[in-house]
Amino acid sequence: MTLQVSDLRVHYRTLRGDVRALDGVSFSVAAGEIMGVVGESGCGKSTLGKSLIRLDNRMKHVGGTVTLDGENLPIADDRAMDRFRFTSVSLIPQYAMSALNPTRRIGRLVADLLAAHGISYAATLPELTRRLALVGLPERVLENYPIELSGGMKQRVVLVLSTLRDPALLVADEVTSALDVSTQRAVAETLVEFRDRGYVRSMLVVTHDISLVYQIADTIMVMYAGRLAEKAPSDVVVTEPLHPYTQLLIGALPEVGARFGDRRLTGIPGRPPGLRNPPQGCRFRARCPLAFDKCAEQPPFVEVAENHQVACWKAGS
Amino acid sequence: MRRYFGRKLAIYALTFVVAVTLNWLIPRFMPGDPVLRMLTRTSVSNPEAIAPMRAYYENVFGLDVPLWKQYLKYWVELFQGNLGVSVWLFPAPVADVIVDAVPYTLALLLPSILLSWWAGNKVGALAARRKWLDNTALPVSYALTATPYMWLGILLAWGLGIVAGLFPVAGGYSFEMRPEWSWAFVGSLAQHWFLPFLSLFLVAFGGWAIGMRNLIIYELEADYANYLAALGAPRRLIRRYAFRNALLPQLTGLALQLGVLVAGALVTEIVFAYPGLGHLILQAIQNQDFFLLQGVFLFIVIGVLAANFLIDIVYVLVDPRTRTGMQGAT
Amino acid sequence: MTDTTEHVSATGAPAPAEPVTPVAGPRRRDVLHFALRNRKVVGGTVVILAFLVLGLVAPFFTDHGPNEYVGPPSSPPSADFWFGTTTFGQDVFLQFANGIRSTFVVGLLGGGLAGLIGMTIGFVAGYRGGLVDELLNMLTNIVLVLPALAVLIILHAYVGITSVPMQALFIGLFSWPWVARAVRAQTFSLRSREFVDLARLSGMRPLAVIRREIAPNMSSYLFMTFILLFGGAVLMAATLDFIGLGPTDVVSLGLMMNSAVHWSALHLGLWWWFVPPGAAITAIVGALYVMNVGLDEVFNPKLREM
Repeated sequence: MTLQVSDLRVHYRTLRGDVRALDGVSFSVAAGEIMGVVGESGCGKSTLGKSLIRLDNRMKHVGGTVTLDGENLPIADDRAMDRFRFTSVSLIPQYAMSALNPTRRIGRLVADLLAAHGISYAATLPELTRRLALVGLPERVLENYPIELSGGMKQRVVLVLSTLRDPALLVADEVTSALDVSTQRAVAETLVEFRDRGYVRSMLVVTHDISLVYQIADTIMVMYAGRLAEKAPSDVVVTEPLHPYTQLLIGALPEVGARFGDRRLTGIPGRPPGLRNPPQGCRFRARCPLAFDKCAEQPPFVEVAENHQVACWKAGS
Repeated sequence: MRRYFGRKLAIYALTFVVAVTLNWLIPRFMPGDPVLRMLTRTSVSNPEAIAPMRAYYENVFGLDVPLWKQYLKYWVELFQGNLGVSVWLFPAPVADVIVDAVPYTLALLLPSILLSWWAGNKVGALAARRKWLDNTALPVSYALTATPYMWLGILLAWGLGIVAGLFPVAGGYSFEMRPEWSWAFVGSLAQHWFLPFLSLFLVAFGGWAIGMRNLIIYELEADYANYLAALGAPRRLIRRYAFRNALLPQLTGLALQLGVLVAGALVTEIVFAYPGLGHLILQAIQNQDFFLLQGVFLFIVIGVLAANFLIDIVYVLVDPRTRTGMQGAT
Repeated sequence: MTDTTEHVSATGAPAPAEPVTPVAGPRRRDVLHFALRNRKVVGGTVVILAFLVLGLVAPFFTDHGPNEYVGPPSSPPSADFWFGTTTFGQDVFLQFANGIRSTFVVGLLGGGLAGLIGMTIGFVAGYRGGLVDELLNMLTNIVLVLPALAVLIILHAYVGITSVPMQALFIGLFSWPWVARAVRAQTFSLRSREFVDLARLSGMRPLAVIRREIAPNMSSYLFMTFILLFGGAVLMAATLDFIGLGPTDVVSLGLMMNSAVHWSALHLGLWWWFVPPGAAITAIVGALYVMNVGLDEVFNPKLREM
């Protein structure tokens, strides 16, 4: 078992009180597993991704633990986390296009970063160029400034840089949302290839694009309003979803398995509840076509079949 | 890059033309003909001044030639360095009077601009990361940058000059000395230079410190800073990047501020009766010496344009984005 | 150069970085909510209002003109003459209050005019693009590098300034370029947004698009710009007055400093003559800058202290 998250709670501090962006989330990711995390915007999936590597200054770790290969990740301690970042946990950010310092040559940037981690740039260079070549970039991009590269090239540089130390866990946060369809596909395939080559042990792919994760993920986890709704192997989530929310999400897709382009999850009427004062019981209740009295109580996230967990009173029956 | 400099130079050339044209237009078309008025007044106070003044006036503004010829003539005289004769220091040519004063202004401006820029950036960057410094340096900086140059000058002259008696408060050197290359004279120069320099430095310093502090905070929020932090880069590295990147807009800010800084130097010179261009302006106004005033104006414009161009060159040297030619114009 | 260069305004204080997301109906109340809780905004506003009230009200409580000789010469501050008197026996406090009045007039008119010109040029250049933009941009750049004070000195010397509004007009005419540049850059980026396209497609005239769709989205930015222009105009006017080129029949803070230096208040120890006018300018302009920083925090949630 690589990553183990138990009852993780992370709040956003605002002037009007805490927003419970992540309200008790537990799951695990196995070695070699690619897990897709999907949900509408504001469901907590990005918060989850950030929590595993770096809380921003408005985020507060309230409870729960994260362990990686049996070692506890001090996610609330920014300094202590530095030891794990880049080497054990790494990130491909949503903003990959602007993730590189515009006034530094890419090679210099990499050298600075490696030096800060006490690693020799010269010794790493052969591996770096090999990986750049793998994603179709010539060695001379190291001599370039970011502005001289196209968006797709910058994305690939970030991909290579983030995984240079073969991290045990890679968080890919909405990596394809800024790209066109054909590039999306190429990036998705590269992610799988990096996993297959062992550059990354396991991966958390955070996205709003179910069709994308369906192509590359082994497992899909559906989040709703700061909690987990359903988690199962990709096939199962897409073909036999049990949570009404997942069913609506999937139903919102025209045809599963085909190429959908940039399909957004907007087909479900209503909006998720505010997380400053979330309602009691099942948080999907207000929008759920199947809601009944019992939904006033929070349904547990239970395993209903092998590797298939759901938080819904109707799911087991 | 050639396009970038081409555009810049074109703008500066045009600005110069505009300035010269303004200089020619204003006295020529002002109701009541102020220059003629000046000549009449001069003829009363200083009879022998009238002949060369009138000669220059006839030459450049003479009414018997068509306008375009007058305008052309003005340019020709300009390129020959003929800016007319000063009324105030008759019979010295305006160009000579100005050339004598320019070193004093430069001696004030250059160190105060460069040092305040450097120190302001350093302190601003420090303030962005130390709460106590932010809480002390920032309010002080705001007060300084809001201070009128002359008022700070007056206060310093009063406090350090008259009350404490540490520094002389007027002139470029001790009035009992003659300009010469001796230690005593240089010492006197330095003594007289210090207070005007200090007041210029302090006001400009506040602005730079605030600018750098705010820019760094924006830079530390930038995507590249977040990415580096997520990859476990130490704060030191991220701050170094942020500082370097924040220096670029500060450099552009320097170009934008030049006019204000020069203005500050002019009034500071007036406060301290420092014999630079500002002092000339005051004398020109009080003596109705319009040729001198216009000459000083042209010199200031040329100086500011040259400094702008210098900053452009430095900017290209330090910002790869302009060098790669992907972003050139404006 | 690049659009990131607008962080520093020509007045010395940092300009707001960029206009924030459209302020929609419900967010307007938010802005007020945060503005009233922001110590910088509230503090700055209080200082400005205090000076404004002083400038407006004080002159009504006396039937002397500010330049009349009302008291003993060179007397230090006392109950009768709060800020003392000049070498000629003029009431410094009376001059001070009147000077503040001129200061506000110059700031409002000069800053307002510069803002108006800058916005108009910026909007038109950014919205029309093409040749219009090229020409306006060239004009902007020329006025930008022309040292404003030097031009104003020449103009003032020849034209002879007789009133405060006239002085404000001249100042406004030469301090708009950085506003035009910033507004142009922002208009450029707003122009391609969906809601602007929609308005254009629905047949709205260009002016209407600018007024109804683009300007409101930059209102917070424009307001902060005006604050900086106000401060800049005040400083510029004080400088001109100090040199002796301002209107001489009106009392202004710069002219007070001019007289103080001219009549050697320094050497005679009449500190009460030259300290108040400069202190008032520093306080007013400083309060404006601080208010501006506070507003920046209100409009840019990122900067709010959590």
